[in-house]
Amino acid sequence: MKTDTKILAAEFDYLQCLTLADALAFLAQHQEKAKILAGGTDLIVKMKIGSVQCEQVISIQNIEELNYLRSDTDSLKIGAVTTLREVEGSEVVKARYSALFEAVRSMAATSVRNMGTIGGNLCNGSPAADTAPPLLVFDATVNLASKCGERIVPITEFFLGPGKTTLAVDEVLTEITIPMPGEYTGSSFLKLGRVAADIAKISVAVFIQRSGQTCSVCRIALGSVAPVPLRVPEAEAMLVGNTVTPELIIAVAKTAATLIRPITDNRSTSSYRSKVSPIILEEAITAAWQRSGGEL
Amino acid sequence: MEKRHIKLTVNGKERELLVKPNDLLLNVLRNDLELMGTKYGCGIGECGACTVLLNGKAVLSCIVLAITVDGQSITTVEGLGNYADLHPLQSSFIKHGAIQCGFCTSGMLLTGEALLKENPNPKEEEIREYLRGNLCRCTGYAAIVKAIQAVAKEA
Repeated sequence: MKTDTKILAAEFDYLQCLTLADALAFLAQHQEKAKILAGGTDLIVKMKIGSVQCEQVISIQNIEELNYLRSDTDSLKIGAVTTLREVEGSEVVKARYSALFEAVRSMAATSVRNMGTIGGNLCNGSPAADTAPPLLVFDATVNLASKCGERIVPITEFFLGPGKTTLAVDEVLTEITIPMPGEYTGSSFLKLGRVAADIAKISVAVFIQRSGQTCSVCRIALGSVAPVPLRVPEAEAMLVGNTVTPELIIAVAKTAATLIRPITDNRSTSSYRSKVSPIILEEAITAAWQRSGGEL
Repeated sequence: MEKRHIKLTVNGKERELLVKPNDLLLNVLRNDLELMGTKYGCGIGECGACTVLLNGKAVLSCIVLAITVDGQSITTVEGLGNYADLHPLQSSFIKHGAIQCGFCTSGMLLTGEALLKENPNPKEEEIREYLRGNLCRCTGYAAIVKAIQAVAKEA
């Protein structure tokens, strides 16, 4: 059947929630028959083209208790329905979390960032989710709530496969917690798309902590190059404890590129992704190192 | 699916409507309120032709459920100005030849309006960055950017 994106043909019941408790109660009742609506930039498109079906749409976009950015000396906490533009506009994000700032700034169109939420970007489970690589390198955790309680999951364990996450059918992602980076740290995010407002064909994020001219902590994550956004610990270990030089950065980037499993899809080919990822990764590691105050 | 009652402020006027949960804001504006300035382009949130302002912020009406904007305020291109009293952006688009086929124009105008409200004096790169999700198939971008810049300078 030809899809007509002029209308949303699927029929469903709409449940608007103003509190998290309401949303969790509805979700406990309807479970896999329901879908959570936040910004709608992924869900409504998927429902239009028929790749997602549901009987109930539970809207959480107007739940004020899930819309915030709060920071203290230990961490930044972001409510799940905070829009990508609100994240982009946060002074704390801009000053302390360069990789996250660069990721949200790079995403789609202004209008899509006005609508789309950070929680939705994660729950959509795309290997190309732009907020995933930065959250991976900042060692973020996510709070998942259900009617029965709450659990905290490291972001490294959240993604299970394309479109699949650890979120249970009765759970809602409520909050993202990102530890506050310490002194002498730097981070960066880079991506390649086909045009200015596009889904990434490759994305990379790097976080580095420096001790003199030595790298003391390094975390590297890549998106769109494997079934899930992933860290590359073998490559990270090559930097830790060593004096950072341009040659070492190139070697790390090359190693990281051997650890990815890219596919060929409508945005890029597997071989292009493998060839280009070490190049943008080299740039991202260099930027993170220099932002931490390191010299080259 | 049962129709539900919603109230919207559209271009400053209160409107009451009956909508089904799957009615898109785009179609409610065009079909129920007969505001044809908002266009259906790609239908999947990639082209910007259906841009409207929701509480002053640019959103894509082709992927917004009308039922979700109950109680909120919408501005369409008809709310910017009219033939007798054009909005400065509309005059500037005409003056700079920033309209070719016209299909992207309402989205460009509304996104331009949102930009100037946030940043009254944007640089060329900032305009291009802000408008990057509004596609013009006639590729008239240079004139569109100039038209917006001219309004910023006048203000």
